[in-house]
Amino acid sequence: MARTEKKKNVVLVGFGWTGAILGMELANEGLEILALERGHDQATVPDFQYPNMIDELKYGVRLGMMQKPRNGTLTIRRDQNETALPYRSLGTFLPGIGVGGAGTHWNGLNWRPMQSEYHLRSYTEEKFGNIIPEDMTIQDYPMSYAELEPHFDRFEYVAGISGQAGNVNGKIVEGGNPFEAPRSRDYPMPPMHSTWDGKKFGDAAKAMGYHPFPSPGGIASKDYVNEYNMQMGPCNHCGFCERFGCYNYSKSSPQTAIIDALKRKKNFEYRTHADVLRVELAPDGKTATGVTYYDEKAQEEVFQPADIVILTAFSLHNVHLMLLSGIGKPYDPNTNEGVVGRNYSYQLTGGYTLFFKDENFNPFIGTGANGMCIDDFGMDNIDFAKEGFIGGAYWRSGQTNGQPIRSMGLPAGTPSWGAGWKKAIGEWYGHSMNIGAHGSLMSYRGNYLDLDPTYKDPRGRAMMRMTFNWQPNDLKMIQFMKSKMEPLVKSMNPDIAQDGFKKDGAMFDVRPYQTTHNTGGAVTGDDPKTSAINRYLQAWDQHNVFVMGASAFPQNTQYNPTGMVGGLAYWAAEHIRKDYLPNPRPLV
Amino acid sequence: MRDLPGLPSRRGFLKASAATAAIAGIAVPAKAEQKPEPVALTEYKPICLKPSEWAFVMAAVARLIPSEGEGPGAIETRVPVFIDMQLAGDYGRAADWYMEGPHDAAASPLRGWQTPLTPLEVYQQAIPVFDEWCKVTHGKIFAELDAATQDKALTSLQKDEMKIRPDLREFFTILLGNTKEGYFADPMYGGNHGMQAWTYIGFPGARGSYREWVLKHNVKYPLGPVSISGERA
Ligand SMILES: Cc1cc2nc3c(=O)[nH]c(=O)nc-3n(C[C@H](O)[C@H](O)[C@H](O)COP(=O)(O)OP(=O)(O)OC[C@H]3O[C@@H](n4cnc5c(N)ncnc54)[C@H](O)[C@@H]3O)c2cc1C
Ligand code: SF4
Repeated sequence: MARTEKKKNVVLVGFGWTGAILGMELANEGLEILALERGHDQATVPDFQYPNMIDELKYGVRLGMMQKPRNGTLTIRRDQNETALPYRSLGTFLPGIGVGGAGTHWNGLNWRPMQSEYHLRSYTEEKFGNIIPEDMTIQDYPMSYAELEPHFDRFEYVAGISGQAGNVNGKIVEGGNPFEAPRSRDYPMPPMHSTWDGKKFGDAAKAMGYHPFPSPGGIASKDYVNEYNMQMGPCNHCGFCERFGCYNYSKSSPQTAIIDALKRKKNFEYRTHADVLRVELAPDGKTATGVTYYDEKAQEEVFQPADIVILTAFSLHNVHLMLLSGIGKPYDPNTNEGVVGRNYSYQLTGGYTLFFKDENFNPFIGTGANGMCIDDFGMDNIDFAKEGFIGGAYWRSGQTNGQPIRSMGLPAGTPSWGAGWKKAIGEWYGHSMNIGAHGSLMSYRGNYLDLDPTYKDPRGRAMMRMTFNWQPNDLKMIQFMKSKMEPLVKSMNPDIAQDGFKKDGAMFDVRPYQTTHNTGGAVTGDDPKTSAINRYLQAWDQHNVFVMGASAFPQNTQYNPTGMVGGLAYWAAEHIRKDYLPNPRPLV
Repeated sequence: MRDLPGLPSRRGFLKASAATAAIAGIAVPAKAEQKPEPVALTEYKPICLKPSEWAFVMAAVARLIPSEGEGPGAIETRVPVFIDMQLAGDYGRAADWYMEGPHDAAASPLRGWQTPLTPLEVYQQAIPVFDEWCKVTHGKIFAELDAATQDKALTSLQKDEMKIRPDLREFFTILLGNTKEGYFADPMYGGNHGMQAWTYIGFPGARGSYREWVLKHNVKYPLGPVSISGERA
């Protein structure tokens, strides 16, 4: 028998970035809010303290801050003819766990998508004609950049982002990204200084006529206080940023920016070790009545009634919960019908490593968002018809860490062990740098999420199944980036240069880390036949269910997703506050 | 522990004690006050590895990161202790991984860890298979071969020339991965003894504070490493 808890106005499933944002926005309305987090509680002190946090083996290699596949994972296959197999040990992406979610151990690279990305299908058709491949299911966002702008701004000012504006209200600012969508004001903090690798890249890019600018990131360049009186102190460039919690209150994280203030509110409560199993629906299926979660401390199921259920569980988990709860029709790639699981997407990256035997890069000096970028090959700047692909990439050079187990760049052909390897690590550690292209990924009929027929999670629920592979369009995009990067690399005159770009025919490999930029599966749109949630991130069929996160992206942007995730969360929060609460109903 | 015939790491032991003496006596006097020297590898009582497995690990890591040439080897940095400790802990048990069946160990390697075996079980089952192959191919078990033949045998293992069972396929990969982890991880995990590997490559370990050095472009950082437990090299 499930225990039943006292009803709340709002239950948030998951307590990472989006849970913290929605929690604060709705707690400010005076509602009774409960956040359920399946992981542990964690805070800067004692959990991220120096020096225990900066332990490469524990957190970088054994992934101490990530979700344990034993407690929950998914299955993966490359196409419909393959049998999906469990993602048993983490590699290519690293879902977070515990209070703060992946927001505690992200890199902090923070972006707003380019202007073409909000209406990508119509932009492509209008500008380049009928070039979208038949199986490519990209679509427009149902809201415009202008509508979202105040919400991007809000996220950047709450999270505490350092950067150099390039376009303020249409005025191009020297030193920033001239291709960015116009922002209403500057970043809250000036940009971070770059290490030597970023400087070299920026200089070389400039010499080629490109437009370098400092990476925008959730890393404090100075002291900062946000609207909740939450403080950040300047970053130490400690080199243990991505995959680690910040010991220094310098990284934008839900903890640093929001949670500590939210915890002080009497109408806000959070429970940890509370794994939400499903959203419960009323008998007519038209509303949710609350959620059922597994209370790991009491070892029992709990029914938590609520007026509003908001999924803030990270993109993949949001989609899984929808599939398990019967929210929205599951997607069927054979008929191209159904919406939940549709348009799953990911990120395609590539890059060069450059070796300079006489230069010192001190690779251990780094932040998650260090360095210099260019956006000259961003989507807005590419002729899709001429180049034969739809997409784009931003480029960045900036070391994040010099942790030697994971970050040991060696020239190709170096033996992987023995005397030759040992000699090479002595010769080459600290004498190389990288330039990366961080590329978009379109959505396709064949890349989708559904429930696995075989494998179950520890609670006996069907695991989610991911069907995903690289597609020719995007591989062409990344090869294009290679062709453009090669001359720039040559101009820098390294002793050795080697590339790491996927080639045509590349198969999805779950082993090496790529990104945790899993998007789509519950996309936002104007048409209930091709989207799972409407423009206010509200489920089409259950008006008191809202779904946050990158699962809303119709296709993946060329940037890291969290700027958009944060912007969408504030956009949805505003409409829930102003339009939904006074009169709960389908908003579209 | 028995004396292993032909174990190339004996030279390593001598070098290790010499290096240790240098650290304790000359290089950083503070070191001696901080930590007593750990037991010699020959005296070490493995937590989970059986004697034959320990002998294999000692011999294998001594070739994967040999003592000859510049920089410490896996023996001086006590990598075998690290491997034993890791295999005895959560990693060895695959405590964090999803290990329920059905399993398809023969699936494409691109699909990740698919064997039903834990890392410890892979070591336990692969070592005798590999030793047997060494015996048939080279006349002796791995630990008893000379260094050059050991290198050859490891190359065969890496290239999977013996067509090892699919459920043991990851053996070389984890053996090499664990060896490098033990070489470079914080010394509190049993390897990287005296932070020698960090000193060799110039990684400052757990300093984690470089604000004033960001703009010192192309200038070598001057300080040596510190460890999480406060050692200095
Ligand atoms: C190593 C790494 C580096 C990254 N770097 C960047 C970067 O530089 N830039 C960028 O834009 N993005 C980056 N990301 C992605 C970024 O972290 C995410 O986009 C962001 O955290 C998403 O916010 P969220 O609220 O959707 O999910 P999260 O912040 O992950 O929070 C979700 C929470 O929900 C909990 N949860 C899940 N399911 C349930 C359930 N059933 N019941 C209860 N609780 C549940 C989870 O445990 C988790 O705590 C990175 C991610 C990783 C892992
Ligand atoms: S690099 Fe800066 S922001 Fe990142 S963890 Fe270290 S001190 Fe914190």
